[in-house]
Amino acid sequence: MSNSKSWPLWEVFIRSKHGLSHKHVGSLHASDADMAIENARDVYTRRQEGISIWVVESKSITASDPKLNDAMFEPAEDKVYRHPTFYELPDELKHM
Amino acid sequence: METTKIKYLLHLADNGLILAQRLGEWCGHGPVLEQDIALTNIALDVLGQARYFYQYVAELDGNGQTEDHFAYFRDEREFKNLLLVEQPNGDWAYTLMRQFFYDNYMQLVYSSLLTCKDTQIAAIAAKALKEVNYHLKFSSEWVIRLGDGTEESHKRIQQAANDLWEFTGEFFKPASYETELFNEGLTPDSQKLKSAWETRLGEVFAEATLEIPANTWFQSGGKTGVHSEYLGLILTDLQSIQRAYPGSIW
Repeated sequence: MSNSKSWPLWEVFIRSKHGLSHKHVGSLHASDADMAIENARDVYTRRQEGISIWVVESKSITASDPKLNDAMFEPAEDKVYRHPTFYELPDELKHM
Repeated sequence: METTKIKYLLHLADNGLILAQRLGEWCGHGPVLEQDIALTNIALDVLGQARYFYQYVAELDGNGQTEDHFAYFRDEREFKNLLLVEQPNGDWAYTLMRQFFYDNYMQLVYSSLLTCKDTQIAAIAAKALKEVNYHLKFSSEWVIRLGDGTEESHKRIQQAANDLWEFTGEFFKPASYETELFNEGLTPDSQKLKSAWETRLGEVFAEATLEIPANTWFQSGGKTGVHSEYLGLILTDLQSIQRAYPGSIW
């Protein structure tokens, strides 16, 4: 596996036949974008998992810092009124 | 009895079976995990193609044999595969050059068989062509990547082309059963295949900065059962279980 050290890592997103959006399914190594698509096809769609593939080099993804989770996500915890269920719907409004 | 059609179908089936066996040897040994899977995927595709042809042979043969009989209980001299597909894997460059020579050829064969008067052959060709289109894309890209890569990769893929070249002449030298079927309008014109094969090879080699080997002496015999020393060893592996325990199933 020594070669894989020099091949960049790619993240793979697959849209299933009835899916509306691409979902992250995993990652793989490839020397360029074309090879990444082919590798994704061979590794992640062998059992008819999808009909569309996106790949993006992992280094192009900026992720949130897990150490900042308290500051980033906790403030939302006590603001339940942001959920639409908080509101009472008038009777005339149907199909919600 | 082996009719000319059965002989031709066995030729196509044996190509797939033996190449699948060779590609299967890479399983667990690929240079990286992703390419290991890619190669075994191709192996399974060509094995699937072989099975369709063996099944059709079993049907035409009418002696109540199954596809397994033709894969496991024929001897070396009865196999009609191309010499190319039984050649050892060598390094990655060898395997991919062998694959490119073969894919380039089979893509043209299946394309012409789409309009075969025998509708069963045409249907198998239609299914196989989708797979081979992908194989050809895959192997062409590797030939280009290695040829136009580093000094070392260029040297190795050029060496593979030089060494395997003598097994490509057989593609376009029809066996007597092919000539007969061609006269009946069932099989492709080998000279048309040859020029299309050379054109595409020229394009890929140009992009890969590879030289097309100049030697014009070619091996032949595989199509009529005269094989290199390698086929017997492949069959020993491939057939051992069924020969030792006939009819055994998983």
